[in-house]
Amino acid sequence: MDLQELHEIGAKEHRSQKPIRVHCCTSTGCQAANSLTLKKNLENSVKQNGLSDQIQVVGVGCMGFCGKGPLVQIEAKNKLYEEVTPDDAASIINAINNGTTATAAEGDLNHPFFAKQMRIVRETSGKIDPEKIEEYIAAGGYESLYKVIHDMTSAEVVEEITKSGLRGRGGGGYPTGLKWATVAKMPPKQKYIICNADEGDPGAFMDRSVLESDPHRVLEGMAIAGYAVGASEGFIYVRAEYPLAIDRLEMAIKQAKKLGILGSQIFDSPFDFKINIRIGAGAFVCGEETALISSIEGGRGNPRPRPPYPAQSGLWGCPTLINNVETFANISAIIREGAEWYANIGTEKSKGTKIFALTGKIRNNGLIEVPMGITLREIVEEMGGGVPDGEVKAIQTGGPSGGCIPASLLDTPVDYDSLIKLGSMMGSGGMVVMDKGTSMVGVAQFYMEFCRGETCGKCVPCRAGTVQMYQALTKIINKQATLKDLEKLEQLCQMVKATSLCGLGQSAPNPVLSTLHYFRDEYLGLIESNQNGKKPPQHQQPATAHN
Amino acid sequence: MQTSSEPPKVAEKPKEPAKKAEKGHPSGDKRFKVLDMTMKRNQYRQDALIEVLHKAQESFGFLEEDVLLYIARGLKLPLSKVYGVATFYHLFSLKPNGAHTCVVCLGTACYVKGSGEVLAELEKHTGIHQGETTEDGQLSIMTARCIGACGIAPAVVFDGTVAGKVSASEAIEKVKPWFNNNTP
Amino acid sequence: MSVVTLKINGVDLAIEEGSTILNAAKEAGIRIPTLCHLDGVSDVGACRLCLVEIKGTNRLLPSCVTQVAEGMEITTHNDQINEYRRMIIEMLFAEGNHVCAVCVANGNCELQDLAIETGMDHSRFPYRFPEREIDVTHERFGIDHNRCILCTRCVRVCDEIEGAHVWDVAYRGAAAKVITGLNQPWGNVDACTSCGKCVEACPTGSIFRKGSTVSEMTRDRAKLQFLVDARENKEWTR
Repeated sequence: MDLQELHEIGAKEHRSQKPIRVHCCTSTGCQAANSLTLKKNLENSVKQNGLSDQIQVVGVGCMGFCGKGPLVQIEAKNKLYEEVTPDDAASIINAINNGTTATAAEGDLNHPFFAKQMRIVRETSGKIDPEKIEEYIAAGGYESLYKVIHDMTSAEVVEEITKSGLRGRGGGGYPTGLKWATVAKMPPKQKYIICNADEGDPGAFMDRSVLESDPHRVLEGMAIAGYAVGASEGFIYVRAEYPLAIDRLEMAIKQAKKLGILGSQIFDSPFDFKINIRIGAGAFVCGEETALISSIEGGRGNPRPRPPYPAQSGLWGCPTLINNVETFANISAIIREGAEWYANIGTEKSKGTKIFALTGKIRNNGLIEVPMGITLREIVEEMGGGVPDGEVKAIQTGGPSGGCIPASLLDTPVDYDSLIKLGSMMGSGGMVVMDKGTSMVGVAQFYMEFCRGETCGKCVPCRAGTVQMYQALTKIINKQATLKDLEKLEQLCQMVKATSLCGLGQSAPNPVLSTLHYFRDEYLGLIESNQNGKKPPQHQQPATAHN
Repeated sequence: MQTSSEPPKVAEKPKEPAKKAEKGHPSGDKRFKVLDMTMKRNQYRQDALIEVLHKAQESFGFLEEDVLLYIARGLKLPLSKVYGVATFYHLFSLKPNGAHTCVVCLGTACYVKGSGEVLAELEKHTGIHQGETTEDGQLSIMTARCIGACGIAPAVVFDGTVAGKVSASEAIEKVKPWFNNNTP
Repeated sequence: MSVVTLKINGVDLAIEEGSTILNAAKEAGIRIPTLCHLDGVSDVGACRLCLVEIKGTNRLLPSCVTQVAEGMEITTHNDQINEYRRMIIEMLFAEGNHVCAVCVANGNCELQDLAIETGMDHSRFPYRFPEREIDVTHERFGIDHNRCILCTRCVRVCDEIEGAHVWDVAYRGAAAKVITGLNQPWGNVDACTSCGKCVEACPTGSIFRKGSTVSEMTRDRAKLQFLVDARENKEWTR
């Protein structure tokens, strides 16, 4: 296929589209709220009213405002309906031409929740049908892949990504260009691309949404990466907990193959690239890149020491490039608009946009894509609308590897380095808002319970340390702890952080350390109530395991 | 001391095990045919172990010893390796699950919004704990780390269908038919 | 063969490129504590006892798997590292059920030796008292999971030297356990050749010869390296 044919597919799709498109969200969240029946009703209503040549109902991906799903948007009329039930369908279709009001609640598209967003990764999310490659092509999809294959050398692509300043969106924030360059420099033998779609952080669903809403964008990013580093095969490692994402990925790969956009001799060039899907089986630790590799190889998800890094010796010992979903989804836009354009967005050291999953005790729940450097206050108070009847106490970012940022630091700009300075981290983008009713020691215990259950058990500090830290936190919560226990907990946290083999263990103490730092009073309160109530035992208790 | 660094491009010892495995299981149970097909499609590559286990879990409902043995033979893997992998991942179960399942999401967003109470109430009403199945095998209560439906927290998955903003009483209402059936 | 020069604890040293820090230290006569490392089999970097500090790196690195590099300045012992090592040993003791006084390996136990070496006379962490079983179905050997520290030396020695892969690790986290076959009684596992390499490899009294009583278990660990040398380099004597 050449560029003209690609354009023709897009043009044909444009011609077949009706003037008014009614977008109905079919992502996991909205499907759970019955959006598929709603979509059917909308379609029937269009048919019954004889409007089929004017109006088209499109099942689209995530629109972002997941807390108010199912969502229906009529772009031509600039209207958004929230919490739509199947019964509202007829009135929504009626309202399009007749000026009547629909029975569903109308949302405000000018609300900061939408207005403050900047959509690069999600530019077509919620606007196109993720199950039709033609819609992606009509929106300019796969043109970047064409461009790199025909107009750019591999080195130029790596250079472009490096110049863009893009950093890994999976949590670590490693410069993407540097990673690509390392793999590209390895001798030209078998190399692999891996897309890490094992989004395990509880409270995060950005990657699921991208895969469900716009799978081709990820495939395109992977193929461009393959061209840039000299790999002809890629794997997407996706959680089994995301069945819809898996379905849509499979569909997308099949469609792309059929058009000759994936497979051999892509766009009539010598470049081959095929993509396989590997389905995880429920292990948080497999988000760690060496564990993920071990899992793709069919083994237990045990991490191994780095170096050697996967870029040197990864999948089956071959140089392997691993990036996460959101990172790959940024690539096509960077190629299309240029590195400079991208580098102008965000802050000095954190470029571009980031998607956050804004959840917890907050009025507006959902996914937002914002430029780096926006403050937490803008996100939580303006976009999120603050805590319903209450006050913000803390924001948790970075999941089990991150920390809790107190409300007093809401003016912090959101970028990789500022969050690390606060003892938290960007992580993959989960942002859970907690109100005054949330016990921070409880939150620390919640995450430790998570890590204790998810540690692979290979290295001693993580295997035994998470158990001991959990035990210590439980003792504090049960008001049985003394100051000495607290001191011991802190030592333990430092030790597990410093000595664990992989990122899971190294960051497992973060939720404890950050809550200890900002909410020490809560810990002390629980310890004091021990001293006031029952006297702590005079001698060290013979240590027994209660649990 | 790095070992094997070559990617297994082609199955190393192809033909023979294929023929052997295709004979199926002596019991004649057709579900083993499904495993044969999956293994064949993956050219009996050892790295397909997790995919084959997924298939086995799907067709058998759980991984009994016989199935693990069959897979180990098919892929020519050591028994202990197959067992080690099967027990590493949460989604593989070595015991049968109930006819109906109720999975409470305990992700952060769901936790902050009270999924803990939903679970506690479910446990109280059914008399079983998470990870357990009622005696007659009708209902299993399980938990998930995060199903990624945080926008509609707290989320519960009833027999594979995600439900959002679930209250404790709604959850109990939902499992009642599966649970009442089995109370004598 | 090219050589790199480096400093370990301030002492200059020249060593073959590609060798590990652990080997370099050994050559310099410096002992770095190890537990999962075993001469003759691959390294996994799991016990974290051999962590060392390298100037210019903000992370401690496991010396068993980290290769030497030109100009490296390595510190193998300091107060911080010593403290971490001690804590690791404490956690190992708290995690299993280790009672030296009744153990076959008493006096010949690497865990016990390391407790002495790191100055661990008691555990500051509460003991977990896990419920673990003992398998004595094998005709010559037995395994007491209470004493297992999950170093996986048995797994590697059986897989890499004997080639039988009888052992592996099952489950995960605190529930992790070494298993034989399909987690079946050791005595019923076809693949086992009764070679006893796992017995020689085990650092504690976990895997033992039947009939041995308290303090009677001695082992010949050098035999494993000897076997590897014999096979790879045709050195049939030691």
